[in-house]
Amino acid sequence: MPHSASITVENVSVQFPLYHGSSRSLKKMVVAAASGRLAQDTQQRVVVRALTDINLQLGRGDRLGLVGSNGAGKTTLLRVLAGIYEPAMGRLKVHGSLNALLDPNLGMNMELTGRENILLRGLYNGLPKSALPRLEDDVAEFAQLADFLDLPVRIYSAGMVVRLGFALATAIRPRILLMDEWFLAGDAAFLDKARARLEEMVRGADILVLSSHNIDIVKEWCSRVLWLDQGRIIADGPAADVLNQYLGLPADEPVGVLG
Amino acid sequence: MGYAPGDMSTSISTIAATTDLDLKAEITAIGRNRLAVDDLMRGARLWRLALALGWLDIRLRYRGSMLGPFWLTISTGVMVTALGFLYSTLFKMDLREYLPFLALSQVLWGFLAALVSEACTTFTDAESVIRSVRMPFFVFSARTLIRNFIALGHNIVVIVVVFAIFEIWPGWGLIQAIPGLLLWVIDSLALTLLLGAFCARFRDIQPIVNSVMQIAFFVTPVIWKPSQLGAGVDNLPFNPFYDLLEIVRGPLLNEPGSAAMTWAGAMIYSLALCSISWAFFARARGRITFWI
Repeated sequence: MPHSASITVENVSVQFPLYHGSSRSLKKMVVAAASGRLAQDTQQRVVVRALTDINLQLGRGDRLGLVGSNGAGKTTLLRVLAGIYEPAMGRLKVHGSLNALLDPNLGMNMELTGRENILLRGLYNGLPKSALPRLEDDVAEFAQLADFLDLPVRIYSAGMVVRLGFALATAIRPRILLMDEWFLAGDAAFLDKARARLEEMVRGADILVLSSHNIDIVKEWCSRVLWLDQGRIIADGPAADVLNQYLGLPADEPVGVLG
Repeated sequence: MGYAPGDMSTSISTIAATTDLDLKAEITAIGRNRLAVDDLMRGARLWRLALALGWLDIRLRYRGSMLGPFWLTISTGVMVTALGFLYSTLFKMDLREYLPFLALSQVLWGFLAALVSEACTTFTDAESVIRSVRMPFFVFSARTLIRNFIALGHNIVVIVVVFAIFEIWPGWGLIQAIPGLLLWVIDSLALTLLLGAFCARFRDIQPIVNSVMQIAFFVTPVIWKPSQLGAGVDNLPFNPFYDLLEIVRGPLLNEPGSAAMTWAGAMIYSLALCSISWAFFARARGRITFWI
């Protein structure tokens, strides 16, 4: 590995065009073009500004927490970092293998058995055939599905689906780990186990970006915090400082950082 | 390669896909094309995933039914038999001459029509995956193609049975049909990329496409024979569907006919399709995620 993992975000803005019902149709566009309104139409297209002018530089050892209210752009930023939303403005550079835990049920098919889902996920990740048995063992052991492994996921209990999804998502060890907060769902007994596995994964990663509403989790796992509001960066700095600011606490009152 | 660091207590340290991304908005046409080529290459490397997903689509469509995908074979067989008897009477044609033609035409057209229709939902069907992981779009194109080729494979049984009953053996025609099938593969992939992206942006395209295919079915010699057209047969190569159908069907029926003309037509139309598809896909690729 000649270079260590890194992420560079330069002046990235993301806007969602709103194609609600009518404006999405070809008919409207043809009519608009025919009446000479097309140019004006594209100019006045309704867009939602999801992210505005984001600049960010992450290198080896960075543990970044994203905080902000609902709709602040946390998940959108994770999607940008994962290369899912390609920036309409600005530039994104990522170096190093990346795994984004955004959807716990990614590519999972309810009609397939647990075992088949494991193999399918292996294919989604482009794993060589030789790695598949290892993946299967690892996921089967963690998810504790026993005999259910050969039954369709459709008949699993909600908890079993969560365990399987979690085990699958965390079986791939990347150098850059992007994580949405969904992993906090689950029953208490599972949570301890899940956390142990996540912590192991986080320790192994060069870079962690975690989006969460749970300040305690952010405090515990992140050394740096980015506060987003309405798609803009409000503050970016050491975890304690930014969290104090975010929670409206005076800057001099220390926030205990665990771990 | 990004191997995860070792020292884990558990046995796992699976490799995550290496990603080196450099995405910028102020991109040149060359940059856009390079990203589109990259999409195709990474997608091609995931061929096993496309294959698995294609199979899965067929399996799940016929889940719980005893005959599974062979329902495809049966429904096509029944349709070909019914149409065969009806139209051979209507057209006053010998069943021995007409039925093999119809079986072949109907099965091949069935593939083309289903492919064109399903091309429209190539990307919208994969919405949840596209929005949660960076995945080459080409994988989903290949999935649509593979799914339809599997369906075609089941329907081929009908052709084999009909040919066997009337003791027809295409012989060399089997080999001569291969170039045509290869062109079908290329065109199908181009079409899924084009329609998949276009229909993601404009949701009212799919009904239009389906109507066009309906009309195309009647103006293309699928249930009627080109020879029935009389003098008008010279105009047939202008119909792109005819050219594309004929490059595979002609050799299998040992009717070379105007092979040069149909091939010329097929090549011209395919070139046009591929160019348009590539130009649109290269432009739209980065936006598809926002559209679905």
